[in-house]
Amino acid sequence: MNLYELTAHELHELLQKKEVSSREITQSVLERIEEVDDSVKAYVTLTKEKALQQADKVDKSLASGETLGPLAGIPMGFKDNICTKGIKTTCSSKILENFVPPYNATVVERLEEAGAICLGKLNMDEFAMGSSNENSAFFPTRNPWDLDRVPGGSSGGAVAAVAADEAIYTLGSDTGGSIRQPASFCGVVGLKPTYGLVSRFGLVAFASSLDQIGPITKDVTDCALVLQAIAGHDPYDSTSANLPVPDYRQALVPDIKGLRLGIPREYFGEGLDAEVKEAVNQAISKLEELGACCEEVSLPHTEYALPAYYLIAPAEASSNLARYDGVKYGYRTEEAKDTVSMYMKTRREGFGPEVKRRIMLGTYALSSGYYDAYYLKALKVRTLIKRDFDRAFEKYDALIAPTSPTVAFKIGEKANDPLAMYLSDICTIPVNMAGLPAISIPCGFSQGLPVGLQIIGKPFDEVTILRVAYTFEQNTDYHRAKPALEVKR
Amino acid sequence: MAEYEAVIGLEVHAELKTNSKIFCGCTTEFGGAPNTHVCPICLGMPGVLPVLNRNVVEYAIKAGLALNCEIAEFSKFDRKNYYYPDLPKNYQISQYDLPIAKNGYLEIEVDGQTKRIGITRLHMEEDAGKLIHQGDDIAEAEYSLVDYNRTGVPLIEIVSEPDLRSPVEARLYMEKLKAILQYCDVSDCKMQEGSLRCDANVSVRPKGSTEFGTKTEIKNLNSFKALQRALEYEIKRQIEILEDGGRIVQETRSWDESKGITITLRSKEEAHDYRYFPEPDLVPLVIDREWVERVRQTLPELPDARRRRLMEEYGLPAYDAMVITGSKALADYFDQCVEKFSDAKTVSNWIMGELLRLLNAHNLEVEDSPVKPEGLAELLALINKGTISGKIAKTVFEEMFETGKGAEEIVKEKGLVQITDEKVLAPIVDKVIEENPKSVEDYRNGKDRAFGFLVGQVMKATKGKANPQLVNKLLRERL
Ligand SMILES: [Zn+2]
Repeated sequence: MNLYELTAHELHELLQKKEVSSREITQSVLERIEEVDDSVKAYVTLTKEKALQQADKVDKSLASGETLGPLAGIPMGFKDNICTKGIKTTCSSKILENFVPPYNATVVERLEEAGAICLGKLNMDEFAMGSSNENSAFFPTRNPWDLDRVPGGSSGGAVAAVAADEAIYTLGSDTGGSIRQPASFCGVVGLKPTYGLVSRFGLVAFASSLDQIGPITKDVTDCALVLQAIAGHDPYDSTSANLPVPDYRQALVPDIKGLRLGIPREYFGEGLDAEVKEAVNQAISKLEELGACCEEVSLPHTEYALPAYYLIAPAEASSNLARYDGVKYGYRTEEAKDTVSMYMKTRREGFGPEVKRRIMLGTYALSSGYYDAYYLKALKVRTLIKRDFDRAFEKYDALIAPTSPTVAFKIGEKANDPLAMYLSDICTIPVNMAGLPAISIPCGFSQGLPVGLQIIGKPFDEVTILRVAYTFEQNTDYHRAKPALEVKR
Repeated sequence: MAEYEAVIGLEVHAELKTNSKIFCGCTTEFGGAPNTHVCPICLGMPGVLPVLNRNVVEYAIKAGLALNCEIAEFSKFDRKNYYYPDLPKNYQISQYDLPIAKNGYLEIEVDGQTKRIGITRLHMEEDAGKLIHQGDDIAEAEYSLVDYNRTGVPLIEIVSEPDLRSPVEARLYMEKLKAILQYCDVSDCKMQEGSLRCDANVSVRPKGSTEFGTKTEIKNLNSFKALQRALEYEIKRQIEILEDGGRIVQETRSWDESKGITITLRSKEEAHDYRYFPEPDLVPLVIDREWVERVRQTLPELPDARRRRLMEEYGLPAYDAMVITGSKALADYFDQCVEKFSDAKTVSNWIMGELLRLLNAHNLEVEDSPVKPEGLAELLALINKGTISGKIAKTVFEEMFETGKGAEEIVKEKGLVQITDEKVLAPIVDKVIEENPKSVEDYRNGKDRAFGFLVGQVMKATKGKANPQLVNKLLRERL
């Protein structure tokens, strides 16, 4: 067994028993990256030296008899829209290609505090806009299960790295499904926490009211451990909730007897791949078998979630991305005769097509004369979607749905059809609109590719969805399956 | 042209004097080397988030209460999107449809009448930075530099109803507003440092009409004089256009101080579409009533109340009371001086006369006056005791202002003590009589003016130190 294949909690035990050192673990993962990253292309920036230094530091405290926290000495990576002090943070965009933040995101601070080893920064769709990782300004990341397929997006690099054992876990961001959809495509665990549970300080904003940082892990136990480390109020983010953080390890109970689970009818409609549907239905049967009570429920406004999302998210993005103008940092056009042409050329040359498309959509949706018809209406739809969930949660402890209507698609297959691409987030977007927590866990295969099961919870009730996920995982083997990656030696 | 009337509304921006910026911990201190009072948050760098400074809200509530506004229970921030290099995020965090305060008023005195000017709203926002153009003007500049020190300094914008009818009223409103903000200690209102700025909306209409004419907006008026002159010019310009049968174009104009004219900045067609939307990085602001009441308790005596007090307590004339209370610093100066020298009218005369004259001449604020209230009181006491004459006192005051020395010290040093001793003065009077036989004769022939001349000669001979009453007495005795 290679060290890189293990989970954080498994490695933690070995470390604590002094059977391995953090340096050994880190080296194992770095070698794995060396072997497979040429084909997977998950990393934008590798910080090998820094990782080894951090590992030595952990080993030293271990040698001095200290008890390590659960994540100490475990190598991980960050999606490249999470700011790391002194390390390039590019958002996979030309416009931030050489941007080195002078500050850490709060999640980075918290993980450094916990002794995490940072391996580097992971590829993504530019500014987190996309569902396939084909929108990276640098290169596409590939799905470790089938290199001709996409890993999903926009946290594709962060998810592929975990699936390919190029990191023990990673942090991604989820605006409309950007953690869960790729987790589903690559057969790993991905959690989008409740909006406000994890600080967004240092996360380069795409759509501020929807973005949330979350863990991508190999199993549910690790997911709980990582969430524990990053959750909680941050005075630097006024939208972060000032609530006590529960003990997520308590959620790791392999028992769901008596839990009431709602199965939202609207997620099983047209567009859902038959084999995916079959895998999800089998998972639901499994949950019933384990003692949960599953019932169909309706979330009637689901069909409006996607169009409303594609007004709200681009509107916020158009404003959030206005700061990239060549004046202060990042890319600036070579020549321009005045300020306005400098702005225009910098942004024309610095942003990719999907980013420009959404900036234009958002600018239009917010402009006077259209605001009421588009943006305001979308906000109203958002309220209706929230109410659907509120009503469902009066009766159910959690909701069960597919994460994505299909398995991973081929690279290039939807690249020129934005609308088809947008549909791949149809099952995840309503959750962001309502600010709810949801997890995707592997629940089967179709055409040899992983299928994801989505478990949606009440606000700040991560404990329940982790418990359902853990129980399912303890009674199935899907999370143990590994892609057969050809190893370059 | 008398058949037209102007309709004016003002939008005033005041920088709040909190210690730190509105959304980060950087200092708000004026000056400092460019880009030294900045951090990733006020620079709007990727990933950073604003966190609202509670003191800013407190100051805004205070200003709102002082302007008789309703304080909103629920308020929120919005983004105002526009591109400009001094705006790091290319949006400004401001308040749009739910400002913190609205529906207030202040009162001005016009031709002895009290006029109430409505205040539509008061809201909080962040200030932008400053562009420094390297060239003669913006069009000629080869390049421009940006200083973000001011970025994120808290501002309140106060929007008036279009209740003002003349440039003078506009100036009076602005002066009163400045006084109120200074009295509540929420802004230092230094117009030369840009901490108080004004945009004016103006239109004209036939007198008696209730409809509004097409308005223009004049941006960035940074002194009372500029405000009044720009409005006078703009009203005249609009009337002339209408008289010639033309139409006013709705546009934004700027005031050219040196040429004394307003010029087109941008037309309505080029007007910004700010694309306001709720700021998603800040939670809505819920202000509990208890907080508002606590702030209300901290409100000081405001200019109108203070003016009434000065009139009742000290018997000051209305005009004096208005000038003195026009600035809190001046009123404080007055109060402190009166504590030491109780003749309030004399104190008021000196403040309105000599003190303001010298402050203006040296371009100083009352707070920075080299002569403190105690110093003035000391000087006035010397006059009262007859140690120096009123005339000499003016010279002494100037000297105090220049050197910062005390009145008695100067009087002693320069030997300015009044001559009240007959034995000292008599020989001088005799000498003047002897040297001016013609005037003596004229006086004796009934020409009263000659007496004044002789007094003057005595004063001249004593360098003004002679006690005037004594001079009169001695002269009359001898003539
Ligand atoms: Zn700052």
